[in-house]
Amino acid sequence: MSPSLPQRLRRELMATPTDAVVSLVLIVAITAAAVGFLRWALFKAQWVVIQANSTLFAVGRYPIEQQWRLWLLVTLLTAATGLGWGLLRGRRWPLHDRIAAGLLTALALWAPAALSLSLAIQLRWWALTALLLALRWVVGVWGPGWWSGLSPLGRRLLPLGWPLLYLTGMVLISGGLGLTPVSPSEWGGLMLTLLMASFAMLLSFPLGVALALARRSDLPLLRWGSVLYIEFIRGAPLITLLFLGQNILGFLLPGGVAPDRVWRAAWVLTFFCAAYLAEAVRSGLAAVPRGQFEAARALGLTVPQSLARVVLPQALRTALPTMVGQFISLLQDTTLLSLIGLLDLLGTARSVMANPAYLGKNAEVYFTLAVLFWCCCAALGLGSRALERRLDTSRSTTNPSDSAPSPAVA
Amino acid sequence: MPSSPPWWRDRRVIPWLVQGVVGLVVLVVIAFLLGNLVRNLSAAGLLLSWRWLGQPAGFDLSESVLPFNAELPYWRALMAGLVNTLRAVAIGLVGSTLLGTLLGMAAFSSNGLLRRLAVVYVEVIRNIPLLLQLVFWYFVVFLSLPNGTDALQFPGVVLAKSGFYAAGFEQGHWHGPALINGVWHAPLRLSVELTALLTGLIAYTSAFIAEVVRGGIASVAKGQWEAAASLGLHWSITLRRVVLPQALRVIIPGLNSQYIGLAKNSSLAVAVGYTDLYSVAETTLNQTGRAVEVILLLLGAYLVIDLLISAVMNGLNRLVQIRER
Repeated sequence: MSPSLPQRLRRELMATPTDAVVSLVLIVAITAAAVGFLRWALFKAQWVVIQANSTLFAVGRYPIEQQWRLWLLVTLLTAATGLGWGLLRGRRWPLHDRIAAGLLTALALWAPAALSLSLAIQLRWWALTALLLALRWVVGVWGPGWWSGLSPLGRRLLPLGWPLLYLTGMVLISGGLGLTPVSPSEWGGLMLTLLMASFAMLLSFPLGVALALARRSDLPLLRWGSVLYIEFIRGAPLITLLFLGQNILGFLLPGGVAPDRVWRAAWVLTFFCAAYLAEAVRSGLAAVPRGQFEAARALGLTVPQSLARVVLPQALRTALPTMVGQFISLLQDTTLLSLIGLLDLLGTARSVMANPAYLGKNAEVYFTLAVLFWCCCAALGLGSRALERRLDTSRSTTNPSDSAPSPAVA
Repeated sequence: MPSSPPWWRDRRVIPWLVQGVVGLVVLVVIAFLLGNLVRNLSAAGLLLSWRWLGQPAGFDLSESVLPFNAELPYWRALMAGLVNTLRAVAIGLVGSTLLGTLLGMAAFSSNGLLRRLAVVYVEVIRNIPLLLQLVFWYFVVFLSLPNGTDALQFPGVVLAKSGFYAAGFEQGHWHGPALINGVWHAPLRLSVELTALLTGLIAYTSAFIAEVVRGGIASVAKGQWEAAASLGLHWSITLRRVVLPQALRVIIPGLNSQYIGLAKNSSLAVAVGYTDLYSVAETTLNQTGRAVEVILLLLGAYLVIDLLISAVMNGLNRLVQIRER
């Protein structure tokens, strides 16, 4: 019989007299803090600084007449997300999905209104949310049938839609191929932050895996080169590396070839993240028993085949939590771009607060940014945990503490 | 009779072939970059030289442990910045270790509220960028503190817009903070910039240290807790006397990387206007244009700090391990 609520409360909060005192102090402190915060947020804070600058926070100084391209990109992303979500879940609507759908609906109803966006733009957000949920439902009902009818080649090619979408997004944002070019100096806000983070994540992943393999290689030149690179990057604060990218890259390349300031920072972030990812992957590689590689070789697979088909899939699964942790800190590290004068989310915020009309509105702006970052990072963490559960092959086995090692596995 | 494979598929040749190709590519890239560097630097008249370090800096530092003024040479300015960095790192290490250990231990408290609060703290802090936290502490909290008689006063400690004041020994006597002509004076004073930096760094790093400590404590077998409880020990004594000494073996390597992270993160001081090594180096570069030399000095200095921390922690680790076995 499970204990009743008062019993549980008593055990949790008042197990000993000391605990009772601690609980009392904590409850008073938490209540005071919550009341103080609510009073500030509801009565004192002037949220108009966020409302008036919401476009700036979202996309920076991206030209207004070209912003339809960003709306198109958001629509494409929404559609792809709905498609993927539907295919993944099918007809079932587990609790997590219902919570997510509810949250998204609430967000779509509340956020545009709270930002006092114009009705046209509010309608667009509603339409986007409706599109996402509708696709989730439609694809969930008819998608699995279509999926099983697909040829194996088609199934393998479909995930390639994501990189294709990414490239399309790049073209939409930067222009070219018949679109008016928008120079990187006009990108900003959340868009720049997400773009930098995603760019660095995507490119640092293969680089990190290559570095990790090189570090564990038997070839001394590869090993030492990789060690040198990883330790050099990990020994330096990111800000000094960004500083290096801004001030020295121009000297290292022939005149006129050096990329724009924004892209320099993106490459520095990529090379920085790769070194840390390499360490995460290396620990994953170390967890794969050597027999796996030897067995693959004994079966006649070549070295690249054994690595790609046998060793790496296991190593990456082990390294997944660390790698996602690295990606989360990469997303947070993009705030450092504001220190070298780029207008990422924090840089935009600082430029807004330099405006005399919004002087002294630090608290409102920083609080909003903190909530935004917290949500993005927490979502990444949740996604990582969900992925871990999906990939967990040991889930079917019994509790390791009470099962003797079976000879077949050992 | 099978013909022998071509030489480029010989197992003795392949490793050398791969290394040769990689080595050649790396060499060519490095030669290309260095060649450009030398050509571009000599075109700009900035070829590697260290003589500028002796020239007067011409800028003042808002605060410095070492005596400094604008007439002193650049190397003195960089030294002053380095000492400022070391001061922030040293205080930050002590503070975040204390707070982090307390938080990590709170996760095993018999009080459910305290346990959950520790989890909430870690989850909130870890998912918000450090730089954002630093500017929040500086611009929102510390710069809005009142000065003079309205300052926040606690026994022996005063927190004002002008800085952090604490009681201490001065000329052999114990002195508390005192208000003289509307200005606070105390034996121990930290500028508001350093206070904001330290608050942010300690709050951030302690969340990570709490996780390290929690993991270390969790690694101690459950029977140790139960044995201590059956002997009638309170959980706090069990933790201090039974579990923590065993957990240290796991905790110390984890602490090492957090400490190095704190040392590197201290370079974000530039965002709150504390004159640490990075901020002095940035000013120096803007004035002299000596990008390569300044970056080399910066990277070297942080590398030395990292290695120092690692050396100390490895020594500590060895100590714990020996006592254990």
